[in-house]
Formats: sequence, C-alpha cells, structure tokens
Amino acid sequence: MLTTQWLYALSGCLLLALGLRSALLHPALLQRILAINVMGSGVFMLLIAIAYRGPGMPPDPIPHALVLTGIVVAVSATALALALARRLTREQPHD
Amino acid sequence: MTDALIALVALPLTAALLALLLPRIATALVIFSGLAITASAIALLYGVNTAGALHYELGGWTAGLGIALRADGLSAILLLMIALVMFAASVYASAYFGKASERAQFWPLWLLLWTALNALLLSGDLFNLYVTLELLGLSAVALAALSGKHAAVQAALRYLLVGLLGSMLFLVGVALLYAGYATLDLATLTQVVKPGPIAWSALTLMTFGLLLKTALFPLHFWLPPAHGSAPAPVSAVLSALVVKAAFYLVLRLWLDVFADIVTPTAANLLGVLGAGAVLWGSWQALRAERLKLLAAYSTVAQLGYLFLFFPLLLALPPGPARDVATGGLVMLALTHGFAKAGLFLAIGIVQQRSGHDNIQELGGMVQRLPLTTFAIALAGVALIGLPPSGTFLGKWQLISAAIATGQWLWVAVTAIGSLLAAAYIFRILGHAFGNQPYPHQAVAVAREEWPALLLTLTATLVLGLAGAHVWTLLENGS
Repeated sequence: MLTTQWLYALSGCLLLALGLRSALLHPALLQRILAINVMGSGVFMLLIAIAYRGPGMPPDPIPHALVLTGIVVAVSATALALALARRLTREQPHD
Repeated sequence: MTDALIALVALPLTAALLALLLPRIATALVIFSGLAITASAIALLYGVNTAGALHYELGGWTAGLGIALRADGLSAILLLMIALVMFAASVYASAYFGKASERAQFWPLWLLLWTALNALLLSGDLFNLYVTLELLGLSAVALAALSGKHAAVQAALRYLLVGLLGSMLFLVGVALLYAGYATLDLATLTQVVKPGPIAWSALTLMTFGLLLKTALFPLHFWLPPAHGSAPAPVSAVLSALVVKAAFYLVLRLWLDVFADIVTPTAANLLGVLGAGAVLWGSWQALRAERLKLLAAYSTVAQLGYLFLFFPLLLALPPGPARDVATGGLVMLALTHGFAKAGLFLAIGIVQQRSGHDNIQELGGMVQRLPLTTFAIALAGVALIGLPPSGTFLGKWQLISAAIATGQWLWVAVTAIGSLLAAAYIFRILGHAFGNQPYPHQAVAVAREEWPALLLTLTATLVLGLAGAHVWTLLENGS
C-alpha cells in the first residue's frame, strides 16, 4: 500500500512543520515544550513510514528501534523541561 | 587497545551510578575513576598513534544492528583533552561545593556528562550520535540549573529548548539519510553518499541543528546566559568541552562523511558566520560588565575562529597542505578548551572570594589572589594568541592557509579579533592591578587554584612547545 506509506510520511512532515513553526513563534513556555513534542511525533511518523518495505514484507526493524529510543529521549527531555518550567513559575507567581 | 575504548564509556557510567547510590564516597570515587579515565585516554592515544584508527563492535554485533565504537587521531586527542579538563575541574569542584548535599547532587550528573562526551567521540553511527547528543544536552542542562537561582533556571530552560530543537533537526537528517541509503554507519555512508536532494537536505538539517548546539553566531543567543549563570566548574566544561562536541560532529560531517557533497559556497557561508562570531563575540566580551559574561562571549568568538577554517580547508587540495591546516584547527580547539576551562575556574575563585564578578570592582585582586590572577593572565595569553600558546600556532596556520588560497578577508577578521581579545584581557588585568585595598578577606584554596593554573599552563606552554605532536598524531591516527 504505497498510499498509506505516503500518508504517514506526509503527515509526519506536516506535524514537523507545524511544531517547528510554533516552537519558533510562540513565546509561551508550555506551548514551546508542546511544539517540540509535536515535532518529535512528526519525526517518528516519518521513521515509521521509512520502515515500510512493501506488501507482505516484514517492516524494517531499525527505524522502529529508533522510534522507541526517540520516545524515551523525548519523554525524559519533556520531564526535565516541565520540572524547570514549574520551578520558574513557582518562583514568579505574578508572571 | 580496544579495552581503552570500552573503559572510556564504562568507567564514567559505572561511577555515575555508584555516585548516585553511595553519595558519601562519591568524591573519592570521582577522583579515582577520573584517574582511570585519564589513563585510558592516554592508552587510547598511544594505541591510535602506533596502530592507526581503532574499531570495536560491542557484543560482536556488526555495524547496522549493534553498537560500534571507533577512535582515530582526532577523537583520541579530543578524548585526552576531555579527560584532563574534566579531571582538573573535578578536583576544583571537590573544594568549590562546600556542602555535602551539593556534592551529592553534583557528582552523578557530572559523571553522566563525562560519559556522554566520551561516548559521543567514540560513536561511529548516526543514531548513537543522536542519543549521546541528547544525553549530553540533558546532563548539561541539569548541571547549568544546579544553583537553583531564577536566572540560572531560566537560562537552563532556554538552553534545553534550543538543544532539543537542534537535536530534532539532526534526527530528521538522520531519518532522511536512512531512507536514502539504508545505513546509519558513518564509514559506510562516506562511501555511498551521492550529491542529490537527499544528501543536501540531510546535511542542511543536521548542520543547522548542530550549529544551534555549538552556538555559532547568530544562533549563540542562549550561550552567554547559560554559561554565565552556571556554577564555575560547570561553566568551565560547558564552554570548553560541550560546545566543542557539537563542533566535532560538524567537522566529521563536513570533512569526512559529506566531503564530496559540500560546496565552496556553503563553506563560505560557515566562514562568514564564523567571522560574524569573532567580531560580535569579541566586541560583546569587551563591553561585558561581569567576568563570567566576558568569558562566555569570548567562547562565542573563539568558536568563530574554528568555522573560519571551513572555506580554507575546502579551497586547499586534499593532501599535506590540507592536513597541516586541519592540524591548526585542532590546535585552536584544544588550546581554547584548556584556556577557557582554566579561565572559568579562576573566575569562580574570584567570585567566591569577593561575592561578585564585576570587572569594575576587581581593584587589588592581584595582591590578594596572585596565583588566580596569574592563571587569568595565562588564559589571556592563549585567548589572544600570543606565542608560545597553542592558539598562536593555530592562528598561524589559519593565516597561512588564508594567504595561500587568496582569501584575505579571513586574515583581516583574525587580526581584528585578536586585537579585541587583547583589549578585553587587558581590561581585566588593568582593574586587577588597580591599587585599591581589596575589601575582602581572600584565602585561596590550593585545590581550586592549582587546577586553574595547570589548565592555563597547558594551553600556553605545553601545547605551544609540544604542538608538533598534534600534527603527527592526526597523521598516524587516520
């Protein structure tokens, strides 16, 4: 199914572009953190599309492994970013 | 010799976990593992020098499925610099952090940063590079925020977001390359990569991501606040080593993997950005009011010099002339690493003893902290590029390559940058030698002063006088 693969690849690119736009344009912290996560999902979709090798064939395991590692990294980075952001807002309740 | 490859990653990682579990003996653990890591780095350098590039496949899994560790002359030299700078900064940190609770938070992250740096330099495939970049970024951010002050947390958060954006772009490049060539191994990619839209867009995305991380002008905005508000030993390694790790990757991609793809125009663009960094960074360093910000802006400028080499290396034909110029580039990176680490450590002593680091109020510093002032002056010699520092040799190669290829603009940029560096260093020294009575009781601790002094001495004397070995090592280790 060539079309499904392209659907994944193109929506991956779209998510990436949307995330990049928000990450660069939005000054709000939480929005930026979310935008970077959206970018991450875009890259993962792209990698899943790359793993497709044709009908009836098993998918390429390497991009799948990359996605798994990527998710772990993204979760830890988001946790650190949220912890730092909470520290900032707690100190400045008026902001 | 492959034992050294494994030890360089396994030692700091094991020590990091142990330091987390056993905070009471963490300081001793760091010093012992630091000695062992330095010994492994020396063994690796020796091995690479005698036997050429080294390669090891973890668990016997071949490249593609498994994790391969690699070292050549360039990575072995940088690994030794990392080991020496980290070890000196560890000794310093053991005195700098007075409370046991501070040290207990500091050591595990510190060793994790060390692990990430070593693993990054030993990785031979793109995905491990991505993982080590992230590991490096996360531990660096956590260390930068360690003081918990508002400015530090704010700067660290910005550092984190910029770093994440950079690694995301890097990862898209990795995905594109895998889609195009079905391999992540750098050595295989070097052979199969061909000019075309895939290679160009992958190189652009990865380079842009890495330039964000290495803080090349005008993407440097996050560096001065993050480096300026971190604890002194952390600022030292952020400025000396962490930004260099991303630079090392740019160098690898542009000169090895994508050597057939990069165009003179693209290299010129990097050169122009480098020139911007030299001029803007030096100017901002001259105007800085705090010592730490001065040092941070000086890092922006010194990184600019490294990028001036790209248009020169591309204009030189592959062969001895290019190798000599590459040696100059490595020499500049090494000297800056030692000098800047020493400078930040010395500034940390000043800041702790006087409670501030305002350049205007340094009067009398030379009477109270003579060794520290001497270390700052020595770092200054290396940052300006006076002989016998390693920077002098590096800039000499930069200027000769620029003249040989007729690119006079870079000569002018180097000259102006060096003059500005002289101005900002003499501005510090001018205030330090002022004869106001120094208002603060300053008792220096040997464990803090000697690391700073030895690092700056390495930059000014050892690298300058024994500099020829760097070129031999790069040649033997290729």
